[in-house]
Amino acid sequence: MVLEKLKNIIAEQLDVEKEDIKLESSFQNDLGADSLDVVELIMAIEEDFEIEIPDEDAEKISIVKDAVDYINNNK
Amino acid sequence: MNNRVVITGIGVISPIGIGKDNFWKALVAGKSGVDYITRFDTTDYATKIAAEVKDFDPVNYIDKKEAKRMDRYTQFAVAASRLAIDDAKINTDEIDNERFGVIFGSGIGGIETFEEQKEKLINKGPKRISPFFIPMMIGNMAAGQIAIAFNAKGPNETVVTACASSTNAIGDAFKVLQRGDADILITGGSEASITPIALAGFSSMKALSTNNDNPQKASRPFDKDRDGFVMGEGSGVLILETLEHALNRGAKIYAEVAGYGSTCDANHITTPLEDGSGAKRAMELAIKDAKVDKSKINYINAHGTSTYYNDKFETLAIKNLFEESLYNIKISSTKSMTGHLLGAAGGVEAIATTLAIKNGIIPPTINLVNQDEECDLNYVPNTAIKEEVNYALSNSLGFGGHNATVLFKKYE
Repeated sequence: MVLEKLKNIIAEQLDVEKEDIKLESSFQNDLGADSLDVVELIMAIEEDFEIEIPDEDAEKISIVKDAVDYINNNK
Repeated sequence: MNNRVVITGIGVISPIGIGKDNFWKALVAGKSGVDYITRFDTTDYATKIAAEVKDFDPVNYIDKKEAKRMDRYTQFAVAASRLAIDDAKINTDEIDNERFGVIFGSGIGGIETFEEQKEKLINKGPKRISPFFIPMMIGNMAAGQIAIAFNAKGPNETVVTACASSTNAIGDAFKVLQRGDADILITGGSEASITPIALAGFSSMKALSTNNDNPQKASRPFDKDRDGFVMGEGSGVLILETLEHALNRGAKIYAEVAGYGSTCDANHITTPLEDGSGAKRAMELAIKDAKVDKSKINYINAHGTSTYYNDKFETLAIKNLFEESLYNIKISSTKSMTGHLLGAAGGVEAIATTLAIKNGIIPPTINLVNQDEECDLNYVPNTAIKEEVNYALSNSLGFGGHNATVLFKKYE
């Protein structure tokens, strides 16, 4: 459920195909994001999941699984 | 010896058509691009009309993800540049990229992005401002994105002189090539400021036409019933190249850029000098720079905004400069059709001037029905005319007192 919703956000933000988004995909190395894309992606996650991700936590989110775990632990 | 500089490619995204063929066809036909504003609700605005670019889909020219990170003004700029590069048949893998640059104009930059993000700031707070806000909004990013799209590693600059921006950019590009600091430059300008706050701002200045009942008749330069300019948007791009480089690669040549003049009124923030002397000196300098006798000039693409002051004082400037050769000169304001593209105006008007030279046809000033007695020159009213053009000027005058003129000549 979380993963499905997250995949939609990532696909929209980074203009990638949903089937290319895996739990172990790195935003910057596999999904073509640059550092600004990652900031914007984190903002979209905060907005859509109605959570706050402080900068020090956001820095640790580099693969899809990091985001899923963070959302599950904080919602 | 200075290099000669020629135009080898044209790209245009305009309210009267996308691509040089559609643009030219519309100009010769006297078609207006003005209509009711569709991009936002104008209920509370005194002016409800503008010349919007229709049927523009950025993904026809730009990668979808890249396009999302661009303000509309940058999308226009990159799209028009692509059309111009294709037209010039430049293979960017085969040229010296370090001698290939961009000198571009925009009056305002990414104002639509600015407005969207300001609204976000108010409604959602500072943490919701996009990290792309600054790079999308800044006025030099069109030049930056054009360079990225075409791997142009040479000189890269942006000129901001309000409505004279593109003409100053073209003039500056001409000088860079003339002195040998580059082989090819992408030049011209872009603007996309038909937005709520810009419309409201120009409206407060009483600069805009409020002829909401007759959109296609609202932009009427030199006509007695003119009541202000009509905002336009789009981008006009020229590929300028040293003659030597153009000949070596067998490029087609539209016309030559032969002179440039740039002055300032140093008088008032928005109103032109009453004797038109700032604009007159810009034309004079361009003619002197080209080393041509002024009697040889037979076409001027005027700034001709359809405001009371501009058209009156620009007419005076032309009269004071040309004296006895005055009545050989045909003048037209293509803003009567395109609206006023502000910082992109000089780009699309340089293209109109170039195509007039190339095709031997002078585009008209439409809506010139009741000519103002103070504007008593030949403005090619309403219908295009066939006439060979050997030397032509394109004028642009901007808030801040900027005056810029580029002289184009037939390539021989």
